[in-house]
Amino acid sequence: MTDNTVNGGRGMFGVGGSGDTSGFGGLVRRARVPASIGRPVGVEEFDEVIDGLAEALDGGEAGRDVEKAFASFDEAIERIVVDRGELTLHVRPAAIAQVCQTLRDDDGLRYELCSSVSGVDYPAQDRRLHAVYHLTSMTYRRRIRLECAVSVEDPHLPSVTTVYPTADWQERETYDMFGIIFDGHPNLTRILMPDDWEGYPQRKDYPLGGVPVEYKGAEIPPPDQRRAYR
Amino acid sequence: MSDSYAPERETTQGKVFTVTGGDWNDVISGRDPIHDERIVVNMGPQHPSTHGVLRLVLELEGETVTDARTVIGYLHTGIEKNLEFRNWTQGTTFVTRMDYLAPIFNETAYCLAVEKLLGITEDIPERAKTIRVMMMELNRIASHLVWLATTGMELGALSMMIYGFREREFILDIFELISGLRMNMAYVRPGGVAQDVPAEAVKKIRELLAFMPKRIKEYEALLSGQPIWLQRTKGIAILDVTGCVALGITGPVLRSAGLAWDLRKTQPYCDYETYEFDVATHNDADVWGRYQVRIEEMRQSLKIVEQALDRLKPGPVIVADKKIAWPAQLAVGQDGMGNSLTHVAKIMGQSMESLIHHFKLVTEGFRVPAGQVYVPIEGPRGELGAHVVSDGGTRPYRVHFREPSFVNLQAIPAMAEGGLLADVIAGGASLDPVMGGCDR
Repeated sequence: MTDNTVNGGRGMFGVGGSGDTSGFGGLVRRARVPASIGRPVGVEEFDEVIDGLAEALDGGEAGRDVEKAFASFDEAIERIVVDRGELTLHVRPAAIAQVCQTLRDDDGLRYELCSSVSGVDYPAQDRRLHAVYHLTSMTYRRRIRLECAVSVEDPHLPSVTTVYPTADWQERETYDMFGIIFDGHPNLTRILMPDDWEGYPQRKDYPLGGVPVEYKGAEIPPPDQRRAYR
Repeated sequence: MSDSYAPERETTQGKVFTVTGGDWNDVISGRDPIHDERIVVNMGPQHPSTHGVLRLVLELEGETVTDARTVIGYLHTGIEKNLEFRNWTQGTTFVTRMDYLAPIFNETAYCLAVEKLLGITEDIPERAKTIRVMMMELNRIASHLVWLATTGMELGALSMMIYGFREREFILDIFELISGLRMNMAYVRPGGVAQDVPAEAVKKIRELLAFMPKRIKEYEALLSGQPIWLQRTKGIAILDVTGCVALGITGPVLRSAGLAWDLRKTQPYCDYETYEFDVATHNDADVWGRYQVRIEEMRQSLKIVEQALDRLKPGPVIVADKKIAWPAQLAVGQDGMGNSLTHVAKIMGQSMESLIHHFKLVTEGFRVPAGQVYVPIEGPRGELGAHVVSDGGTRPYRVHFREPSFVNLQAIPAMAEGGLLADVIAGGASLDPVMGGCDR
């Protein structure tokens, strides 16, 4: 399965088990997200950011006693995607904290504010759990999206709480909902769900739940079991 | 996993936890109950001063807070998960219920994101954009009024509560005239707004514009010189710009620390760059500063509403693309918003094609090209961001809201620790958290 497949949807009407005579039941849909592109990306503003980040990651770090989790920009950044006027860098999981540190501290980048950390689950991919970071540079009025993909078997990522203290609760929420484990987080516990909850509700294989409702004599199934166009 | 404080056992009803407190005697024998001043106070989740179901666990030495912990999640309703099982248009009816004091903002952030995914941002009619701005600013005033009312009540200015809710009620009446509902309107839709603004509502908004500046002056006359109000707000719960940015705090709290960061100016959307208004700031970085900023923001919002009313020219209120625009001409009836009777008569009596089109768009909805966007707007509490992912289907693949209430609540320990217990109320209130938004 390629990395940019987002859905393995089947059928059209959400019918299961009954005799589907429409022929649409065997339909398999594959939607693809915008593909990775190489440098330069062709948008001046984005190229400035990417070049600045590459320069900071490749050199200038000598003398730092912290061991880098990656050797170069090319090793830290897996893919570059530009879509709908937004820049997305797919970062190798081990490198995320140091990439964030560079994005925050470099004079030409200055992404001071971590706006949002969330997750997305793409079951069709091998590394299906994605942690998505939205950073804001208040100095240059720019935004960037970082994405880290991890697998369910090894859902570990370095926490960025030391770089962005605001990521504390947002990483907890991502852990709560997707089961992504942020190593180095000061207190990685559930935040929205009860402490003894089992499972990770925002994963795609976690059911929505609900009970059928009777309305004027007819039984309406719960939302995730209703017949619906997909 | 076994916990000696809370053993668990399996029953036919499921897992049962029993809190025995078996080592309670050991715990208390280790302490000196007479000379130890340390107490742990559990404030909330049911407490009139916590703005909903917020729970604070406070450790006190006398009256000084030494440790504050925030517990949230009591109002988690799984809105983000639910969205994945409804079509794109139905999404607005869910997001509007998150931050229930700022429904129009939730809807607008969501719809701007869907429109960006569809690539129709440029096609939104002028009138729809103007109505959105007008509704958002009215909503901002209503939200700030609730803040002023509840904070006034919590700090001892009970009459402020009555006045704040009185004016808010007037704004909710305007919302009802326009959308049929006072709250949770689902008025902003992908492509535009659900229906046009009636002339009657315009008249009522003019009325508000006429009396509101005087009312705001009255609030200030009531509070600003009041010694109790001054003592309970000045120098309380200070959080400077560095602290705000590190903790991700945006909105009035950040502006009260002196940074003029307002997305309406810094990264404009909905043509905000064409409106004339100032960003309110203050330098005190305390509760007093936040009060001043919100009062000024209400004045600026009135200014924007007035400009929006003036440029409200007749025209369509939803995109021309019939594959996205809701086919029914919605109208406000006796019991709220619904399909207009003329439209129902047309599809049922005259045009079968219209009926088919209506049926397809309502049951199936429209498809949104695959991809993801993040759209931030300036809500009454700060940056409200919608991260929306599509897989090319008729339903959102994933929607995440960056809720300012959620992020801002992280500042409570920074504001409360080292201060007095009474100032926890003032500091918490100055963040203006809405738990519906925080827990989603």
